[in-house]
Amino acid sequence: MLESSVLAVLRKEALDARIKTIGCISSFGSGHIGGSMSIIETLVYLYYYEMKIRPEDPQWEERDRLVLSKGHCGPALYAILAKKGYFPEELLTTLNQGGTSLPSHVDMLKTPGIDFTAGSLGQGISAALGIAVAQKVRGFDSYTYAIVGDGESQEGQVWEAAECAGAWGVDNFIAFTDLNRQQLDGYTEDIIPMHHLKERYETFGFDAYEIDGHDFNAIADAVASAKRTKGKPHMIILNTVKSFGYIPGEGIKNNHSMSIDAAGRDKAVADLIAREGESV
Amino acid sequence: MKDAHVYSHYRQALIGSIVDLAADHKDIVFLDADVSSCITSDTFQKAYPERFFNCGIAEANMAGMAAGMASAGLTPFIHSFACFSSRRDYDQLFISVGYTGQVVHVIGSDPGIVAQYNGGTHMPFEDIALFRQIPSFNIIEPSDAQSLYALIPQLYEAHKPSYIRTPRKGISFRYTPEDRIELGKAITLREGGDVAIIATGVLMVDTALAAAEQLAAKGIDATVVDLHTIRPLDTQTVEAVAKRTGHVIVCENGRYAGGTGEMIARHLAMTNPVRMDFMCVGDRYGEVGNLDYLKKSFGFTPEELVDKALRLLKK
Repeated sequence: MLESSVLAVLRKEALDARIKTIGCISSFGSGHIGGSMSIIETLVYLYYYEMKIRPEDPQWEERDRLVLSKGHCGPALYAILAKKGYFPEELLTTLNQGGTSLPSHVDMLKTPGIDFTAGSLGQGISAALGIAVAQKVRGFDSYTYAIVGDGESQEGQVWEAAECAGAWGVDNFIAFTDLNRQQLDGYTEDIIPMHHLKERYETFGFDAYEIDGHDFNAIADAVASAKRTKGKPHMIILNTVKSFGYIPGEGIKNNHSMSIDAAGRDKAVADLIAREGESV
Repeated sequence: MKDAHVYSHYRQALIGSIVDLAADHKDIVFLDADVSSCITSDTFQKAYPERFFNCGIAEANMAGMAAGMASAGLTPFIHSFACFSSRRDYDQLFISVGYTGQVVHVIGSDPGIVAQYNGGTHMPFEDIALFRQIPSFNIIEPSDAQSLYALIPQLYEAHKPSYIRTPRKGISFRYTPEDRIELGKAITLREGGDVAIIATGVLMVDTALAAAEQLAAKGIDATVVDLHTIRPLDTQTVEAVAKRTGHVIVCENGRYAGGTGEMIARHLAMTNPVRMDFMCVGDRYGEVGNLDYLKKSFGFTPEELVDKALRLLKK
């Protein structure tokens, strides 16, 4: 269990990250709001509490790294990286503009703090696994995290990476699956269901967990347990709500990418603060 | 430079060069996809067990992991048969390696008809074209074991990703350890003023030299260029031989579309247009057979090349 003071900070930062993510996407006018909002707690927890990082030295070789394999959710990560000081917050309004350093799909060559490029789904998890192995070869005591989408897990490469990680017992590799049960065309249940993910990963040799992905204590407990478990890679299945915190997108089918104008942003932020602001 | 005569197959010269290089470069790792014994990368595994990874039959994940490793300070060499090292993991090579600026060296063994008994499923003719579409890759296809050995450290020093196209079995030598073999510098093996034959790889350079002998008997002097580096293209040599002869034939164990011949034709079209012909694969798939059968089936014989030269000179 996290201390209440830590929990309060994380909740406050999650609210701030959600507001900034909505703002970032609305500055362009549209974007991948659904999958961005569902991973906010995980990103906030990792960057504010768990990861060994130096925002002033983004290329520090011994750092923990995170690969956002569901690379289209860049805005959520940008909101947090900006607040952590990797780049000025003003850049958040340049999403997808020509020449920007913030493309909607994360790009390690453009954005300080992005540890690997993603956008072609299924590839980030392999890159993250490669990084984890490399850190062991180089003798660095560091963890590499990957966040994979549940829709993304329809890609065969995800399972190639999983069988390899399990076979090799890469225990400095901690992956998450954002089980928000929706993908671009609708509900995974109606397309290719992602059932029994925890069991699937256990069968592949993982130390696996299934938790509430919006509960900081659950995330903290799972990561702590993962770090105690040696000799196996780790998969934390996050039960989440797609678009969680961007209220107009909650509970609807077509929330993968949405248009958000300035008025919509202001109302969404006000409604979010009204709903959750009192608790932080 | 080490004498590659110590090796008895191309694959040993290749892996031997990487093993020798890795002694001084601890960042070098080797990844294979369950075809390690085919290329003798188990030699690397014996020398550096902690830097060798057999990734199983999962080329996409292998390429992706290699990209991640490169981003974390390692320099991976990855291997599979040329068909799988190009087509099977192409998006991973394009995005995770190329687009991200990672340095990964990709070995594609037994390209084109060299795949022989593995047949059409294992016979990539389009691999050259595919790697040419990725903006950052160097591409080599050495024509003997000595140049294969010599070019590996140069690819490493170039700090760019690369594609290494080579046969596995057999061995031949046309260069000595004293010969200057330089990445990006084609080697003129024979000078003649009538026609220039630019060839890539063991099979085609051998074919070109044999054809040049036959042409000489007919009073035609052929230049033969060993284009061991396909990219970057040695434009200086290409332009020089085109100017000198006015007739250029490009020979490659690959498909015409996007291949070496089209690359050279494009360059010459802009700089010094000359009459050209091509020895390459057209719109067809591979097939099974021994090398002699396949050479005849695909028209990769000295006699065919002589005919091309004679027709080109008559035009």
